[in-house]
Amino acid sequence: MPAREHILHKIRTAVGRSSGQPPAEIPPVRLRFEALDISERVRRLAERFSGQVVHGDAREQVARLVSGKRAVACPHPLLERLGILTLPEVETLGGSVGQIRAACAAADIGITSAEYGLCDTGALVVLAGREESRLASLLPVVHVTVLPADRILTGLDELFTVLPDPGAVSASMVLIGGPSRTADIEQILTLGVHGPRELHLVLV
Amino acid sequence: MGLAMAEVLERLGYTIDFPEAQTCCGQPAFNSGFRGEARLVARQFLKAFRDAEYIVCPSGSCTAMVRHHYAELFHKDPEALEAARQVSARVFEFSEFLVNKAGREDVGARYDGVVTYHDSCHSLRDLKLRDEPRKLLRAVQGLELREMDIAEECCGFGGTFSVKFADVSGAMVGTKIESIVRTGAGAVVSTDASCLMQIRGALSRAGLPIQALHLAEVLAAR
Amino acid sequence: MSVAFHERIQYALLDERLQKALYSATGRLRDKRLSGVGADQLPDYQELRTQAHRIKQHTLENLDHYLELLAQRVEERGGRVVWCRDAGEVQSFIGDLARDRGVRLAVKSKSMTSEEVNLNEALERYGVEAVETDLGEFIIQLAGERPYHIVAPAMHKTRQQVADLFEAKLGVGREEEIPRQTMIARAVLRKKFLEAGMGISGANFLIADSGAVVIVENEGNARLTTSSPRIHVAVAGIEKVIPRAADLAVFLQLLGRSATGQTLTSYTSFLSGPRRPGEMDGPEEFYVVLLDNGRTRILADRDKRQTLYCIRCGACLNICPVYRRIGGYSYPGTYSGPIGAILTPQVLGLGHEPELPFASSLCGACAEVCPVKIDIPKILLELRSEVKKTEARERRWNAEKLGYLLWAWVMRHPRLFELAGMAAQALLPSGGDGRWIRSLPGPLRAWTAARDFPPPPAESFRRMWRARQRSG
Repeated sequence: MPAREHILHKIRTAVGRSSGQPPAEIPPVRLRFEALDISERVRRLAERFSGQVVHGDAREQVARLVSGKRAVACPHPLLERLGILTLPEVETLGGSVGQIRAACAAADIGITSAEYGLCDTGALVVLAGREESRLASLLPVVHVTVLPADRILTGLDELFTVLPDPGAVSASMVLIGGPSRTADIEQILTLGVHGPRELHLVLV
Repeated sequence: MGLAMAEVLERLGYTIDFPEAQTCCGQPAFNSGFRGEARLVARQFLKAFRDAEYIVCPSGSCTAMVRHHYAELFHKDPEALEAARQVSARVFEFSEFLVNKAGREDVGARYDGVVTYHDSCHSLRDLKLRDEPRKLLRAVQGLELREMDIAEECCGFGGTFSVKFADVSGAMVGTKIESIVRTGAGAVVSTDASCLMQIRGALSRAGLPIQALHLAEVLAAR
Repeated sequence: MSVAFHERIQYALLDERLQKALYSATGRLRDKRLSGVGADQLPDYQELRTQAHRIKQHTLENLDHYLELLAQRVEERGGRVVWCRDAGEVQSFIGDLARDRGVRLAVKSKSMTSEEVNLNEALERYGVEAVETDLGEFIIQLAGERPYHIVAPAMHKTRQQVADLFEAKLGVGREEEIPRQTMIARAVLRKKFLEAGMGISGANFLIADSGAVVIVENEGNARLTTSSPRIHVAVAGIEKVIPRAADLAVFLQLLGRSATGQTLTSYTSFLSGPRRPGEMDGPEEFYVVLLDNGRTRILADRDKRQTLYCIRCGACLNICPVYRRIGGYSYPGTYSGPIGAILTPQVLGLGHEPELPFASSLCGACAEVCPVKIDIPKILLELRSEVKKTEARERRWNAEKLGYLLWAWVMRHPRLFELAGMAAQALLPSGGDGRWIRSLPGPLRAWTAARDFPPPPAESFRRMWRARQRSG
């Protein structure tokens, strides 16, 4: 018997079900969140974000961050609209996967947008896509995210309410709760072990 | 300890009976995996206490055994199961009885000194008694209750565990008495005789002058 | 078998440095958890635990349905599900895949399941270098050791030991500063991430309705493992599946806080399939390897089935007074701590280490902290009963069994009970001065090795009680 059938058969015997039998009634989904106005969402996200929150003109602020460094940016309409892609230090990612990987590996700063922010934990929700690279928020030591304030949600509960099936829109959704960290040696905390050490959030 | 408990209860107006037919709740055998033997002994317990109005027990672990495990032991015997249910509803740990059933916190006790309290695992986690013993202690005249930093950590007795894994058990009680010493208390109080035996044994071996008292002994003090 | 168990325990107890490191490391994690689930931080904590327990219960009771749904969704989204009955099938699938695709180097993110099936060793036989990328796992891989703790694999290593390892195995200059050690590892592993042809990960959760693999981490090595190489293989036990993406709202709130007190870890990846057409980067091939390896047998046992609810947070390890002293290496099998004590006997059989279920004082702290409310003490008690039943069946009568038979006989006859008490009074070596006994013969010698034994009371309770009643 092929492994799949064998395993399923053992499961059904173990729990007393038959093939094709519909499942028993499932505990209802539990999603609970407060209704917060946008200024409160912005305030909480800024307070809980594990990095620097940048205010003011987006292009100017990003220019300050990338000055003298090598930066890569995702070809996202938002970043384009804000004029970030035209900054001299910024290379817009594109081409083959290999080229994108190499560019991210060589950069000091990765600039991406985010799909949502979660204000209860200060986390960012990044979806991979045609205009969003996975590696841009991962390989460079500094990660800069541009997020529209009206995309801030209260938390996971609201996220799964607005996006019940992340897989429908992207093969990769990442919740970024802070910089890369480890305490694997003697429980001493170090940042930037594999991913970025420093995070910046530009709210627009 | 048993006499101390009886004294306190009588002071509050209860009539105490000690059915001589009682021996043990069966926990040692049950915990060691000998359910058949535990069942035999548990039946004796049910017989001995069949007619009791309340059963008050100076041990959190025995109370938990009757309340939570008798149903498992007798699940195949409907008659015994029913008897077990009835008895379970009437069995109380001492501090539980005083605070939750008799509604008393001040039992007219006096004890001058600093004590610290050790939560026995069964009292704390099985019977959910955290506040009751502390309320009773705080109401004792002259007594200062100082919490140790690891009151809730197991003393390491665990029945035959203390013999089968004696070194681990010893390490556990070692940490416990270090914590007791750090409070500066002259005595440690608990609701479980087995914990007290373990802790007392370690204090004695370490040559420390700290007393290990059962809650009933403190509450009986005048 | 049991001799080895006790020896390993002794070895751990006698290592003073280890004792300090272990106790403080677990203590720190325990405290972090406590503040993470405190009433001010997570007022719904108890309710979330109940919900998590119910979701797991429902899922396992209908596991066939959810695994089939998972497989369907994964395949709809361009991935492939591989069903494996045992370690061998996992090894050969991944090994053959690597060989077929010309993979010589694979990077791995933390997966206790891959540890369980000895994947790295097997891959070596296929000519594949499998590099662990989680810092703690990387360190113990260099040392040739097993993970010490579910969440902190190198908990037992000092910075000096790490410096020794890096010097010897990586050919770098000696470095004892922890941040610099971390950067050395980063540089070495960065190269591997970028060169590897395959990334092998575990999965904290498998989402049936999305066909997704969810990975929770802090370092970013799992993200790199699953984003950089061309092929991503996720290995997970069949019990990892949960029905809906929305259920993550419950589980993610519990997992980080129970493990390290974090409201959310640095990264939570939700991966459904290989890179979609047009997506900038990501793997081209995506496999979910489902492993049975004895889980269906546990599933069949209604009372102990809840063992499979475990989300591998490590909270039970951090609170267990026994684990905190004997450490991860004292336990047989892959998993240690209270969850290991119930999982290993069910997977490897009770005979593998019959004393394991008894290495607990049944304090119940584990059950209190388990985010999915597994009643670990209850299962330990059942396993103990099964061990004794097996011994009885095999007619392996020993002193303990005979002791309890005698004990039960005495306990059923109150008069005998009293006589036994009087006999003890007469026989126990006490000066009658109330002094505690320093040494006892036979099996109780173990007690008196560490503590004094109480002297028998001058008068038995029954005697005193009767006297009291007589005097009114």
